[in-house]
Amino acid sequence: MSDLTYKIIVGLEIHVQLNTRTKMFCGCALSFGEEANSRVCPVCLGLPGALPVMNEQAVENAILAAMALNCEIASFTKWDRKGYYYPDLPKNYQISQYDLPLGGPGYIEIPLDGGKTKRVRIRRAHLEEDAGKNLHTSGYHSQVDLNRAGTPLLEIVTEPDLNSPEQVRALAVELQRIVRYLGVSEADMQKGHMRFEPNVNLVIERGGQQFKTPIAEVKNLNSFRALERSVAYEARRQLDDFLETGRTMQMGNKSTRGWDDVNEVTVLQREKEEAHDYRYFPDPDLVPVTPSEPWLAKIRSRLCELPVQREVRYVQEYGLSAYDAGVLTADRSTADFFEEAVKLGASAKRVCNLLTQLGLKLAKDRNSDLAGLGLDPAGVADLAKMIEAGTISASAGNTILTAMVETGKKPDALAEELNLIQKSDVGELERILDQVLAENEASVTEITTGGKKAQKARGYLMGQVMQKTKGQANPKIVADLLSKKLGS
Amino acid sequence: MALHELTALELRDRIAAGTLSSVEATRAVLDRIERLDPTVGAYLAVFADRALESAQAVDRRIAAGEKVGPLAGVPLAVKDVLCTSFGATTCGSKILENFHAPYDATVIRRLQAADAVIVGKTNMDEFAMGSSTENSGYRKTANPWDTSRVPGGSSGGSAAAVAARLCQAALGSDTGGSIRQPASFCGVVGLKPTYGRVSRYGLVAYGSSLDQVGPITQSVADAALLLQVIAGHDPCDSTSVSEELAPVEDYLTRLNEPLERLRIGVASDFNAGADPAVREAIDRAVEGYRQAGAQIVELAMPHLDYAIAAYYVIATAEASSNLARYDGVHYGYRTKDPSDYIEVYSKSREEAFGKEVKRRIMLGTYALSSGYYDAYYLKALKVRNLIRGDFVRAFERCDCMMMPVAPTTAFAFGEKADDPLKMYLSDIYTIAVNLAGIPGISVPCGFDEAGMPIGLQVIGPAFSEARLLRIARMHEARTDWHTKRPALAG
Ligand SMILES: [Zn+2]
Repeated sequence: MSDLTYKIIVGLEIHVQLNTRTKMFCGCALSFGEEANSRVCPVCLGLPGALPVMNEQAVENAILAAMALNCEIASFTKWDRKGYYYPDLPKNYQISQYDLPLGGPGYIEIPLDGGKTKRVRIRRAHLEEDAGKNLHTSGYHSQVDLNRAGTPLLEIVTEPDLNSPEQVRALAVELQRIVRYLGVSEADMQKGHMRFEPNVNLVIERGGQQFKTPIAEVKNLNSFRALERSVAYEARRQLDDFLETGRTMQMGNKSTRGWDDVNEVTVLQREKEEAHDYRYFPDPDLVPVTPSEPWLAKIRSRLCELPVQREVRYVQEYGLSAYDAGVLTADRSTADFFEEAVKLGASAKRVCNLLTQLGLKLAKDRNSDLAGLGLDPAGVADLAKMIEAGTISASAGNTILTAMVETGKKPDALAEELNLIQKSDVGELERILDQVLAENEASVTEITTGGKKAQKARGYLMGQVMQKTKGQANPKIVADLLSKKLGS
Repeated sequence: MALHELTALELRDRIAAGTLSSVEATRAVLDRIERLDPTVGAYLAVFADRALESAQAVDRRIAAGEKVGPLAGVPLAVKDVLCTSFGATTCGSKILENFHAPYDATVIRRLQAADAVIVGKTNMDEFAMGSSTENSGYRKTANPWDTSRVPGGSSGGSAAAVAARLCQAALGSDTGGSIRQPASFCGVVGLKPTYGRVSRYGLVAYGSSLDQVGPITQSVADAALLLQVIAGHDPCDSTSVSEELAPVEDYLTRLNEPLERLRIGVASDFNAGADPAVREAIDRAVEGYRQAGAQIVELAMPHLDYAIAAYYVIATAEASSNLARYDGVHYGYRTKDPSDYIEVYSKSREEAFGKEVKRRIMLGTYALSSGYYDAYYLKALKVRNLIRGDFVRAFERCDCMMMPVAPTTAFAFGEKADDPLKMYLSDIYTIAVNLAGIPGISVPCGFDEAGMPIGLQVIGPAFSEARLLRIARMHEARTDWHTKRPALAG
């Protein structure tokens, strides 16, 4: 089998819950964790006679996301009923979009290692309503909670362009970053705001022949970890299965599998894809949507530079490391904060260090963002400028940033108050240095003789100056003076 | 003059003037229901206490000199297809036997805002599927003109209630003729408004793209009065038309002004399929208009022959989806001791749905199934467009069309019940109007040899209700058919 090679082929279906004020077709607020069946009305309960009314905000958010995914936006899109019986589906049909989705073909750029990106084609993006939840309590009966029924979901389907578990994960993470950037979804994995269904198979080359394994669809994954691991597991399982049975892809042998989070394996749910007939037809209760140019322009105006583009620009324009660029662009408010501070004339690297080394940690500890800490870009810009100018040391900068969060005071006031302003008066520092030199003749000799001990002696003398100035001497000026007096 | 001889408009005026109390009027209706409804069987539920309370409230407000609504104190009935927050909403189906809606349909809210007194909910074919009210899961409704005959359907209860004066007026719903046909069979006025004119919110759906609520009344003026109250945009119904696109007109003020130089379209070939007595009555009515100065235009309507086929695909397809929610899980009837959740569905539906409803669900499910969708559903939609086109072209040449409402007068119980196709064919003159989404009205225009009423159907372009009512009123003003009452309501 040494001549065997294989390639993983994955297409991904992603459901993203939009963060609209109300549900897709009624006035109920979106729900998480409330008492069962407390956020419902005749419409989302599917009561007789109730009629859906389209939530325009959901359509706007979906179109915005589709635009960010470079999708063609349909000039005519409509609502279809997808019929199937399930207890969590109160009407026994789901309002969805069948043949005319609001978003047509597009693509997403996903970051790969080494600052490279890969373009993955998007097949379609459409809007639909979520179902409720079946609660399988103990015993003979089950219960249904319809709080989630009618929640707007954006379904995004990629082409099978992904070729590794890492790429699959990268796409999911990137999509999360995009929808958060656009403000169309909180994309909170803990709350089930993103759900993934990868379609996985392998293309195997052996003995100059090509084989394709049967496609497996893994249902309902709701973490990046489960997504990545399930794809990796599927690849291994399918390879083993092929080696054992030689089974290859045929009409109708696509299977559906679930993910066992504890044992980290996929579990067969349905061997053959059942001949599902959803009996789609246009929902006569809703009118088609024909987005006008002014409306689309209004939505387009909410588009922004996407995170992956920003990340690349930070490396190229500001000379930041790829790692720092990734941290700063992870969410839009941080990146906006960073850029605002840089725009005010602060050094990009200094601002970056303040934010990545301390600011974001403080925010995370307090479960907040930078603005939530009471910080503003102008204050951080001022602080960065003080460090850059040598008015304070870099470590004093961190002390001041912490104090800014705690007290809400301005950095210059805090520098005074905390006695962190560096002594930069050359005359005064020269006087202190002269005193130190007089007191440490042995060290002076070590420096003037040169050799191994000179470097250590230099550090010792610098330290003495710092001690006499209580750490406030500008180290650069002291070093310059020392060189001038003793040669370097 | 006895109270039951008054129209809704006349009654309203007396109540408003203080010469009659709503309690008196309501009590009179409740007394008649008690006396006659065991024979007629129009009602599924009567809300005597609630009605009297509403009536008292109206009387108090009038006595206090307060302003009251345009239907203040008038006792009305509504078809049990409309959701009410009081009483059950059964749709004539066992599957909703004890279903109490937690909300009022928009038209119910509008009636109540107009201070109407709702006395009860009327019988109907289960889920509005039928032409005789024989498909009700609860009771038989008799035609007040001859209790061995059906009242028509599916709004048979409302039409019979108005004909027997068991209410002053009523609301029905019309998907393929369900207001006009029973109105014709019972010798009263029935108006199906333009699709989108009246909100469907709270109207339990049968064929969503066809359903429309409308009045069943003793006179054209009453139909205008009720339409005025229930018409208008509703933000809860996406298919209700905006005030901008089609403002609600004043239906009453100019109702009695005849239209001059009226052009009436007639499709003689199409009408030829009706019984001779029906044809004669229609011809006589049209001749009346001609004598009054109208011009008669002969029309070709080449696609009307396909209306029934297209209708029974589209309506049943929508119904198969609309009725999927009655599954025994969330509300309504649930089978006893199911062995698993699939049986909750299958047995609940099997046990509680009637034969005709099952038939239509199966037809519709078939038409939407993959492999058949194009051949049935899609083709039916194309036919629907052709029929719309026929009417658009027709209305370039005439102001309204006239034709029978039904090929026959009311038939005997059981006469068509075992032959669904025969029953479907009786909708031939009403169905195309629903497919085209345009308004149609049935007004009494004669009787057959057996003394059963015949209706004249007047059809107009979309949102032409004001003119349509005036045209119907022209006929009513020159004839006295509408003043005839069945002996039972004498
Ligand atoms: Zn709701």
